[in-house]
Amino acid sequence: MEHIAHDETSFVRPAEVGEMELYHAKTWLGKYVFSQDAKTIAIQYAATAIAIGMVALVLSWFMRLQLAWPNTFTFIDPAYYLQAVTMHGMIMVVYLLTALFLGGFGNYLIPLMVGARDMVFPWLNMISFWVYFTAVLLLAASFFVGGGSTGAGWTLYPPQAILPGTPGSEAGILLMLASLAVFIIGFTMGGLNYVVTILQARTRGMTLMRMPLTVWGIFVATVLALFAFPALFVSAIMMSLDVLLGTSFFMPAIMTMGSEAEHVGGNPLLFQHLFWFFGHPEVYIVALPAFGIVSDLISIHARKNIFGYRMMVWAIVIIGALSFVVWAHHMYVSGMNPYFGFFFATTTLIIAVPTALKVYNWVLTLWQGNIHLTIPMLFSIAFLLFFINGGMTGLFLGNATVSMPLSDTLFVVAHFHMVMAVAPVMVVCGAIYHWYPKITGRWYHEGMARFHFWVTFVGSYLVFLPMHYLGIMGVPRRYFEITGTTFLPDSAQNVNASITIAALVVGVAQIVFLYNLIVSAFNGKKAPGNPWNATSLEWQTETTPPGHGNFGKELPCVYRWAYDYSVPGVEDDFIPQNVPPRNAQAEGAQ
Amino acid sequence: MFAAIVLLVLVLGTVVFHFLSPWYFTPIASNWSSMDDTVTLTFVVTGLGFVLCNAFIAYCVIKFRNKEGRRAKYEPESVKMETWLTGLTTVGIAAMLAPGLLIWKDVVTPPDDAMQLEVLARQWNWSYRLPGEDGQLGAVAVSHTSEENPLGIDPSDPFGQDDVIVYDPVMHLKVDQPVTFLLRSTDVLHNFTVPQFRVKMDFVPGQVTYIWAEPKEPGSYDLLCEELCGVGHYAMRGRVIVDTEESYAAWLADQPTFAETQAELSTDLVAGQAGYAVCSSCHGVNAEGNKAMHAPRLAGMDSEYMKRQLRHFKRGVRGTHEDDTWGRTMAPMAMMLGDAAAINNVVSYIDTLSGQPEFDGNANTGLAAAVERYEPSASGDPSKSQALYESTCAQCHGELGQGVWTVNAPALTGLEDWYLASQIKNFRDGIRGRHADDLYGLQMGLVANTMTDDQAIEDMVAYISTLENPQQPVTLAQQN
Repeated sequence: MEHIAHDETSFVRPAEVGEMELYHAKTWLGKYVFSQDAKTIAIQYAATAIAIGMVALVLSWFMRLQLAWPNTFTFIDPAYYLQAVTMHGMIMVVYLLTALFLGGFGNYLIPLMVGARDMVFPWLNMISFWVYFTAVLLLAASFFVGGGSTGAGWTLYPPQAILPGTPGSEAGILLMLASLAVFIIGFTMGGLNYVVTILQARTRGMTLMRMPLTVWGIFVATVLALFAFPALFVSAIMMSLDVLLGTSFFMPAIMTMGSEAEHVGGNPLLFQHLFWFFGHPEVYIVALPAFGIVSDLISIHARKNIFGYRMMVWAIVIIGALSFVVWAHHMYVSGMNPYFGFFFATTTLIIAVPTALKVYNWVLTLWQGNIHLTIPMLFSIAFLLFFINGGMTGLFLGNATVSMPLSDTLFVVAHFHMVMAVAPVMVVCGAIYHWYPKITGRWYHEGMARFHFWVTFVGSYLVFLPMHYLGIMGVPRRYFEITGTTFLPDSAQNVNASITIAALVVGVAQIVFLYNLIVSAFNGKKAPGNPWNATSLEWQTETTPPGHGNFGKELPCVYRWAYDYSVPGVEDDFIPQNVPPRNAQAEGAQ
Repeated sequence: MFAAIVLLVLVLGTVVFHFLSPWYFTPIASNWSSMDDTVTLTFVVTGLGFVLCNAFIAYCVIKFRNKEGRRAKYEPESVKMETWLTGLTTVGIAAMLAPGLLIWKDVVTPPDDAMQLEVLARQWNWSYRLPGEDGQLGAVAVSHTSEENPLGIDPSDPFGQDDVIVYDPVMHLKVDQPVTFLLRSTDVLHNFTVPQFRVKMDFVPGQVTYIWAEPKEPGSYDLLCEELCGVGHYAMRGRVIVDTEESYAAWLADQPTFAETQAELSTDLVAGQAGYAVCSSCHGVNAEGNKAMHAPRLAGMDSEYMKRQLRHFKRGVRGTHEDDTWGRTMAPMAMMLGDAAAINNVVSYIDTLSGQPEFDGNANTGLAAAVERYEPSASGDPSKSQALYESTCAQCHGELGQGVWTVNAPALTGLEDWYLASQIKNFRDGIRGRHADDLYGLQMGLVANTMTDDQAIEDMVAYISTLENPQQPVTLAQQN
């Protein structure tokens, strides 16, 4: 148990460098708009991400309306449907989840949790947000250009993405590619900042193996993103060149609209390899912060140390590393050399081992805990259900043979929504409720929060569980409608209708969520500084919400890991990380 | 407590739904039952894991929920337990992976006795090619592709001459005969999926991909594209018919070779004129049509389209629906055309006709009468349908309504508005295009579904009548 060191002298070295100098804004604009305070930037990131995410949510309603009651809503034509599919996917994955976990939670929590005054490059951090904001504007602009936004599917596969016959093949796709490139530039600024802050600005005593798992999850996810996004960046550049200059990176000799196109020699599979070299780590860019955060939520609200902390850290690192060698499991039926299937099926199933271990450790943290069914804990339990379900169906799709009848069907859509949409969103909600008192200094409305939880939890399950079975029946994804087949029973349409009803209800519940967040920030009950009796540093700040510079005159000094809950012999059921051993009543017992 | 109960209900509900709901795989019709077995095995292993994990969570929530005086146990880790759990998981995963890899080896290795069948996928239709007696497919290239040579076969390659061409979305296979599907696309990514065969594979332009299967059950199966390929993706339907040996041979004998399709290109206009005599009684001497008899003007109609429709009328693919009064009138007429050459001749003759009605030899009277006769009947508002036309219809029929041959979409300009409106309604209402072999008709029907009320169709026809196709002379109505 050495890692949970309580020996003050050997683990808390004197500071080697002086405190960083903070930039103090002089103007209102500098303080609230072009702020260099990571906490303000975090809120800007989160608000922007959630705002564009709401657009994507509404797009999903349009899709669902068409699928449930085909051709009833005449503004949804086949082209519009594909545009909705594409923009929903891209916004949710990149502009909402990635930005929210790294730009939002990363910015807010990293400096506070590692005991830093701010990110190490505050100015770069500010620019990073505004570049991201520009990317969102470019993306939103594509709704309004001639031909509309791209309808190529969020995977943007060429040649289709840039040829007539696909919606938005004129301006829409170019705006999408430009927006992605800009997003990646902005992310790289932020991401380098997060990594350097974690590696260089931890306070005294905060060894890597004492960091809360939230920081570990965000840290490894950011490293993944820094390696993975360049692959998407070059594909965006190359595809733009294929459109603008007529190069043929991804374009072989083809016909389009009845005549020969002026391309020759390119390879569409090259794009797919590049895309998924980014795209698979992207799954973990979203999942790892969720893993980290949910570990802390479960531990805090079960009043118990996270079970197997070291294994949890190594599992995060190993999953992150393995996520770079599994990408072609998205391509079993893509026409790549099918012998790749042996390799990628094996690596993919291997990744299930550390992932399963994480699940066991979450569950074992509940075992013999003291479980408080608070809102964050409820969302954590919901996360477990969705993640276990989605993880299990991943074993179908990761195994080349098993995946073949299921690939390109709604089974895939149901799987990835379970595992990388609903599961992380459960964590997002839980995390927002968990840190809300710290961020705003006020309580959210408990009743509305419970309503939001139950509707979202049960409703989302009713949306995505039956969807697997539509896929098993053979309903393909990205189909505007499915009539006219001989193998689908008419009852498939009833499944579609019930899914839509559940999805609309879940969607409306999110409005209650946002209302609660906004209104409670002004009218909520005042919250204490450490309402959950948590140990990590962000709860030990002098003021709530934490002021500029996060901590008081002196930075906290860390003496223990973040999971000293219910330590035997100590009266309180938690010991904050910055409490020296001699002050804890545990001294004798240890 | 409540949370634990809800969790248990959801988990139990999942299990009950799995076993009791009617929604599962469509019955298999190929040799890949081993693939279904791996799915079942995976369901068993993961299902157990799913139920056990969640049940344990529910148990913990009930047993260890906060109560007065409760305190959690401090237990940082247990290497022994974690090692055991990791080991068990590894065994479970290996049990699923091993059979998966073994069967994957079969998937990637077609048997030696598999016959070769090329499938050509193109936005948004299917065609096929079989090697002829030489057992070898001829060379192909995008640069050889044209309306006369739609599969792009190299005319100078002797291996290509006897290739059997199936320029239709319906393909026949022989039962118990393994087939290697060679997948070729000339535009974008597509995918070859017959749900009952289980296997599927994408088409990638610029290369030929493959997948193999052995059909085990005679029958008729849907062929779907499952890789997004543009606006028409969902309507890109084909059909695979698994025949017994005898009916397969009979079908095959009817299919032309590449050399034959090229020979058909020369036509006999005299024979065509003779053949047209019977048509003229309704469609008019100059193919100008006769609205009163519901006979559309044929002059200016797309020739490949006319040939296909004549074949469909002859084979009962069109003109058999009981509500299709005028189609049923046409069907016996088409029967009078003996073979492909006769159809070809008549259509070539129609192509030479002016479409001008004959009236007393006085050109002015004739034109005036014609204008009166073709007074636009549509009472639609073109501005209401423009968006739908441009986003959807134009993808196949072209922005100017000129038609796009690779999509097999006929020109719309030059068609009379009353005829257009009646056919769109027929497509939408399932009166036309719902025969199992009429996949283009199904495609049009799916798209026509987007125009739910008749006014939308009137609007659409009104918009189409404003289109000016540079490849076609202006219609009579527009001359006014």
